[in-house]
Amino acid sequence: MAKQLLISIRITLVLLLLVSGIYPLVVWGVSQAAFKHQANGSLIRNAQGQVVGSELLAQGFTKPEYFHPRPSAAGNGYDPTASSGTNLGPTSDKLINGVHKKDLSPGKPDPSDFDGVVDLAKSYRTENGLAATALVPVDAVTRSASGLDPQISPANALLQAARVAKARGISEEKLRGLIKENTSGRGLGFLGEPAVNVLKLNLALDAVK
Amino acid sequence: MTLIGWLQILLFLGAILALTKPFGTFMYRVFEGEKTWLTPVLRPVERVIYKVGGVKEGEEMPWTTYTVAMLLFSIVTLLVTYAVLRFQAFLPWYDKTYMTTTMTPDLAFSTAVSFTTNTNWQAYSGENTMTYFSQMVALTSHNFFSAATGIAIAIALVRGLGRRSAASIGNFWVDLTRTTLYVLLPLCIVYALVLCQQGVVQNFHPYGTVKTLEGASQVIPGGPFASQEAIKMLGTNGGGPFNANSAHPFENPTALTDFLQVLSIFLIGAGIVYTFGLYVGNTKQGWALWGAMGFLFLIGVSVAYTQEAKGNPLVAATGVEDRASVLGDSGGNMEGKETRFGIARSALFATVTTDASCGAVNSMHDSYTPLGGLVPMANIMTGEVIFGGVGAGLYGMLMYAILAVFIAGLMVGRTPEYLGKKVEAFEIKMAMLATLVLAADVLLFTALASVSHVPHPAAYWNTVGTSVNALASANTNNSGPHGFSEILYAYDSTTGNNGSAFAGISVNTPFWNLTQGISMLVGRFLMIVPLLAIAGSMVKKKRVAASAGTFPTDTPLFAGLLVGVVIIVGALTYFPAVSLGPVVEHFLMHSGKTF
Repeated sequence: MAKQLLISIRITLVLLLLVSGIYPLVVWGVSQAAFKHQANGSLIRNAQGQVVGSELLAQGFTKPEYFHPRPSAAGNGYDPTASSGTNLGPTSDKLINGVHKKDLSPGKPDPSDFDGVVDLAKSYRTENGLAATALVPVDAVTRSASGLDPQISPANALLQAARVAKARGISEEKLRGLIKENTSGRGLGFLGEPAVNVLKLNLALDAVK
Repeated sequence: MTLIGWLQILLFLGAILALTKPFGTFMYRVFEGEKTWLTPVLRPVERVIYKVGGVKEGEEMPWTTYTVAMLLFSIVTLLVTYAVLRFQAFLPWYDKTYMTTTMTPDLAFSTAVSFTTNTNWQAYSGENTMTYFSQMVALTSHNFFSAATGIAIAIALVRGLGRRSAASIGNFWVDLTRTTLYVLLPLCIVYALVLCQQGVVQNFHPYGTVKTLEGASQVIPGGPFASQEAIKMLGTNGGGPFNANSAHPFENPTALTDFLQVLSIFLIGAGIVYTFGLYVGNTKQGWALWGAMGFLFLIGVSVAYTQEAKGNPLVAATGVEDRASVLGDSGGNMEGKETRFGIARSALFATVTTDASCGAVNSMHDSYTPLGGLVPMANIMTGEVIFGGVGAGLYGMLMYAILAVFIAGLMVGRTPEYLGKKVEAFEIKMAMLATLVLAADVLLFTALASVSHVPHPAAYWNTVGTSVNALASANTNNSGPHGFSEILYAYDSTTGNNGSAFAGISVNTPFWNLTQGISMLVGRFLMIVPLLAIAGSMVKKKRVAASAGTFPTDTPLFAGLLVGVVIIVGALTYFPAVSLGPVVEHFLMHSGKTF
């Protein structure tokens, strides 16, 4: 027993050095040399050279001249220090109808206010000038698992194109081209789903003269 | 559902099938100390580890010594992790601006137990609780240790079944070292670099703030996480550095990394089934288990995919387009799912992560449809024996195999045999002990948490938000049957050492951290110790020649019987509890009821 205990302590120390010291540092060294951009968070810059975010992390967009990402449950929205989904189940009333209480003090948002699918679909239709009965793509009214989903479905992007075209005064034709350029296909041709990266698309929009 | 969705699922199983034999053969050679292509490089390192550790390589252990060594190693590493977590504020990379969750004694206990037992249940959000140092030292180390321990136990049990009239089942320290050095580390280095190339972070930068396109500020975290992610998946650990786990783009950025992640969950679990066949001298014995596992996998993934692709009728009723015929796998129940994975990859991941005791998630199980969410829950209830956790899947399935031959023996009135050895009262008692203790743990703790109210003057035990001294069930994020499902899933996951969750439930309170910690310890060690006892008892037995009355265990018939036993044991034990949660919720959802 004492002998085995001594071995456990000694083995723990030597293996700790190996798997928690040498191993991550080797991976760190190689990846910083070979994949610096990705290893450091896939940071993305605007035309002026300022870092404006990570191409892998969604950020909030509300202006009509930008494409909008999926709604987010990460912190107060798109907060990478609090990644999360809603974790609301399929029969949750909050998920479907939201929670709306009267503002306690005028001019301040109620912290318990939460938009359900019904509210999100309604504002999506209003923003994009769709008929009150128009069907809204499901990814536009559901919150992703991480709250940081950087992408939207191509169907969702195409429905937003008219609004963005109008706000920017550029042709929808040109916008469709940009959407296509920023759509990633399936991995190796068959893995996952085609999707549009919102931040990259919006950066491309800003670059259009 | 789409054709390409099914294709992804079938190609995944095909890839696992193709890797089983080569990887299983490699592991057999490693455990028997035979030469592999890694030997010239790693053998000197292995010798150094034995020398520093004071291990005598040739020394064999009886099952009792093997068990003691395994338990002592678990206790020592658990204490190291507990200490690192408690002292993390004084260790490198601590930034109190972002580390907003306090590392209380009960949270450190629950976390240390969780990672020691290969559960990786997380009562915290990584990005605002754990420093890079804690992630790298306290948690990543356990991802290796608990995986290597599981594999060692499985190999010890297999030796017990394969050897004849022997007294010993191997040397724990040698098995542990070889698993870490030859199986886990080399694969992890390559795997981590591929993940990093695809976008998983590997840096030590402090959290940085950027100004977004619309002028808001956003905090971008960093961390040495490609190295952690690799062993998190390969070792079926599942505890990621971020709260959103493998749904977080920094952990699982592309569909290709997602493919590799599900592949790495099953790789060792499938390979070791072939290793087992080599140990017992008949690889068909291994393939029979493989067949049962593959069949059960297909049932689970089919249900999950079908249900999730159908979507939530309550959402569709609000004028939302979710039909797969229009949107493909970007339609369906997309609440809590990522666009790049869609429905097929999410359903596949949820099934695989709970077939094995991994528990990583690329979508939020809490937001699954009732029957879609039942699949991961039921997978854990049947013991995660479908390829399973590294080592744990095989030893769990061997326990079912022993029960299956016993039941077959009862039917024909003959003493059951498995692999030429008589299965007697002692083995059945041990197998039943493991089965019953685990089920009792899940059900009794679920019942306790569903009704208990622990008042305490200092409001210590269960304070959630503004609610002081709350009922334990007040911690759920959903009401109605789904709230009960959250509690049931929580104890199911911890007892099964899975670690995935219906994650809406808030479990970072002393009541929950302690009861969950106990569940994890029970689920790990009251499973392993009876199994090692079976190994110790079987290894001594003589091999009897097969006769006309022997029930062959390397046939499709046996695989079928095994599937039946797994389903019946799981279904009879858990049906009443499950019917109160997901089953009733399914019917209520279709009648339009919300809570």
